[in-house]
Amino acid sequence: MTDTATPQTMTDTGLSQHVLDEIDRWRQRFPEDQSRSAIIGALHAAQHENHGYVTQPQMDAIAEVLGLEPIKVYEVASFYSMFETKPVGRHNVAICTNVSCMLRGAEDLVAQAEKHLGCKLGESTEDGRIYLKKEEECLAACCGAPMMMVDHVYHENLTPESLRALLDALD
Amino acid sequence: MSDDTVTLEIDGKTVQAKKGQMLIEATDAAEAYVPRFCYHKKLSVAANCRMCLVEVERAPKPLPACATPVADGMVVKTKSRYAISAQRATMEFLLINHPLDCPICDQGGECELQDLAMGYGRDISRYTERKRVVKDKNIGPLVSTDMTRCIHCTRCVRFGKEIQGIQELGTTGRGENMQIGTYIEQNVDHELSGNIIDLCPVGALNNKPYRFSARSWEMTQQPIIGAHDCVGSNLFAHTLRGTVKRIVPRPNEAINETWISDRDRFSYEGIYSEDRLQTPRLRVDGEWRAVSWGEALDAAADALRAAGTDTGFIVSPSATLEEGYLLNGLATQLGTADVDHRITRRDVADQSADPAFPWLGMALEDIDRLDAALVVGSRLRKEVPIIAHRLRKAAVNNGAKVATIESSASEYFFPTVAQTVGGFAAGLAAVVKAAAEISGQGASNAVAALIDGASVDSAARDTAQALIDGERALVLFGLEAGAHAAFSELRLLGDALATLAGATVGYLSEGANSAGLSLAGVLPHRTAGAALREDMGRSVGEMLSQSPKCLVLWNVEPDVDLAAFSGVSQERKPNTVIACTPYFGAAIAEQADIALPIGTFAETAGTFVNVEGRAQSWQGIAKPIGEARPGWKVLRVLGTALEAPGFDFNDAAEVATAAQAVLSSTTGDNRYGGSHTARRVNGEDAATATLERPIYEVDATVRRAQALQLTEDGIAGQAWRGSLNGDAS
Repeated sequence: MTDTATPQTMTDTGLSQHVLDEIDRWRQRFPEDQSRSAIIGALHAAQHENHGYVTQPQMDAIAEVLGLEPIKVYEVASFYSMFETKPVGRHNVAICTNVSCMLRGAEDLVAQAEKHLGCKLGESTEDGRIYLKKEEECLAACCGAPMMMVDHVYHENLTPESLRALLDALD
Repeated sequence: MSDDTVTLEIDGKTVQAKKGQMLIEATDAAEAYVPRFCYHKKLSVAANCRMCLVEVERAPKPLPACATPVADGMVVKTKSRYAISAQRATMEFLLINHPLDCPICDQGGECELQDLAMGYGRDISRYTERKRVVKDKNIGPLVSTDMTRCIHCTRCVRFGKEIQGIQELGTTGRGENMQIGTYIEQNVDHELSGNIIDLCPVGALNNKPYRFSARSWEMTQQPIIGAHDCVGSNLFAHTLRGTVKRIVPRPNEAINETWISDRDRFSYEGIYSEDRLQTPRLRVDGEWRAVSWGEALDAAADALRAAGTDTGFIVSPSATLEEGYLLNGLATQLGTADVDHRITRRDVADQSADPAFPWLGMALEDIDRLDAALVVGSRLRKEVPIIAHRLRKAAVNNGAKVATIESSASEYFFPTVAQTVGGFAAGLAAVVKAAAEISGQGASNAVAALIDGASVDSAARDTAQALIDGERALVLFGLEAGAHAAFSELRLLGDALATLAGATVGYLSEGANSAGLSLAGVLPHRTAGAALREDMGRSVGEMLSQSPKCLVLWNVEPDVDLAAFSGVSQERKPNTVIACTPYFGAAIAEQADIALPIGTFAETAGTFVNVEGRAQSWQGIAKPIGEARPGWKVLRVLGTALEAPGFDFNDAAEVATAAQAVLSSTTGDNRYGGSHTARRVNGEDAATATLERPIYEVDATVRRAQALQLTEDGIAGQAWRGSLNGDAS
């Protein structure tokens, strides 16, 4: 996307020291021969510093740090919907469409958001401001349905108006 | 009934099974067929195809037989209405996205999905939505992909993880979007990678060179033996009207299990190389001329007669036992002992103390059960992929401690105790010294002199400790060690180490039949039956430096096959070079005077003796190209022309019977009973760069196998070959 500022200082793995520390922290939570378990934590850490998506060199670096074949990291990154492997907008907007939210009008909200932003689910706005996450599973906030998550922050009891206001407030 | 057996009922039959076994093993043993795709006895259980659902009484739903452990008192029904309807329902799901392209699919006719769809599928599909389409991937020159056909059994993925030791393929995406692939476009490069073709139960992964060239039901399947390494993998050749179309494994648990190397699978392409020698040729006034067999054989017999005792034979280590037997007979008739097949052996000092044939020291299966191994001077994965696989099994399943001393660091895909890169003699001396220190035993004077200056580092100490601790330990010498200029020193040290550590010594050998040719007398110091000769002849190196008047090259291309001796200065050139060869390569065209076209391994009957001392015979399966003839026939005619006794054979079986008589002493003995006077060659090891023989350069046929040459190993091999020719000019 347009924003190309580099995060922190990079080590020669292509990951910042902070990300490497995070990976190590995750690594230590699991038995020594199960470094594969740390892949999700590692991908989160890398994605967080890279404008919301992970690159192939970063995945290769994670594989190397964890002593795994790169394909094992690709498998995880491509499986979970919370990892993006292509450039996306600055703000990650995820509207829950699971049962409770759906019954409370989530599908209308999605249609509203798409119309308002001029991009479909799974796409980013042209100005690189907002990414509409392709699909969001239940975030365990059913009592406040319909809800969405914007950059890790929950917004509940949405109406079309409050949705538009929240989207417009993102810079 | 012992504690570790359970009794259960399968389809009304009471059967016993071992605790911990999966139900599918019990149903297989009871011959109650259960359909399956993802289950494979050599791979871990994935249980993701769901085809093996069976009814188990008191279970609330059908259970996958491959992932359900047997239990006492279990009542299993594999053919009940309940079980069959579960299997049929699974089949309907599997077929939802599978394309109906069987008529243009190479797997058609030998497809597990097709077979089971006949048994469990419906006549028509109830599915009316869009079918899934998956982009094909380019995963290299050996394996073609049609990924829309994939049913996600993950056998190929598990093969990578569990057998190769490196996972190259994986499952990316999820749900409807799940795919098998490498994610980023890259080749699948392991030397056993071709086995995923056989593992794939559908037509998703197929044999790329074979693509669209035959249908499975048109071909004839005939047994044959792997012709490029000392394992002697059991193969089936599939031929169509006398032409080899493909090679597949023939399961043999004692040798190759169900796997074969890519080299054995794809080398057949070399049989149909464009530079096959189609007719006998003679060099007349400097020009090559195609002639009749009669004329060529007369010329060859005249040249042999003229040279008489001053005739030498350099024989490919992949020549058959029969050819070796006849070559030795021919040499004996001429009164020469200049016959040798050791085309990379530089150090022949103390060769009389060689074992009767280069022996592994154990059965191939025993490698799986090793506790410790030291591999000296070997690129094991490239030299003998099947042995590398077995050693990996020992390390992964049996916890074997494996150490190596090698010329460059190889990737083994299992944890090693130590990998020492450098001179073999220095590295081995350090281990021997460490073993002597740890065990507190002394070494013989000869050995003591060799290990005196050795510096023992932690790698050497760990290696020695592992060998001493291991109940079953092996010191294995690879092909680079065998080619080493200080081989006798290595053998002396290896023997000392074996004694100190209570280990076995094993040797790998060049080509497919070094063992058979040694026993057939294709050695300058031993005659048929491995008896020592009274008058020793010249080794390959000696024949090259002081050429005999007439030199016979048996399926040897001197520029590449004799690269180990590229530094040897020729004191004189032979008057006549007779090349018995399937190919008319540049070096043959330049150096030979008479070229006789002989068949490749597929065009002759023959016998190979593998590194365990196991003799395996096969029949000629392919129609010879042009006027090429099986090697034994050419030798029989030459022998008859020279009035050699015992050459009047009528067919291949008679030659085989005569030749196999030399195998009486196939029990090996690798003890080094030599004079123990090995000296250091110039005080150090030979340059390691000259020891290597890349995996797809080992013989003339492999060098001409196009698909193999396109792999990364193939390209590296061509660069190696290019550097040889560069050196020569």
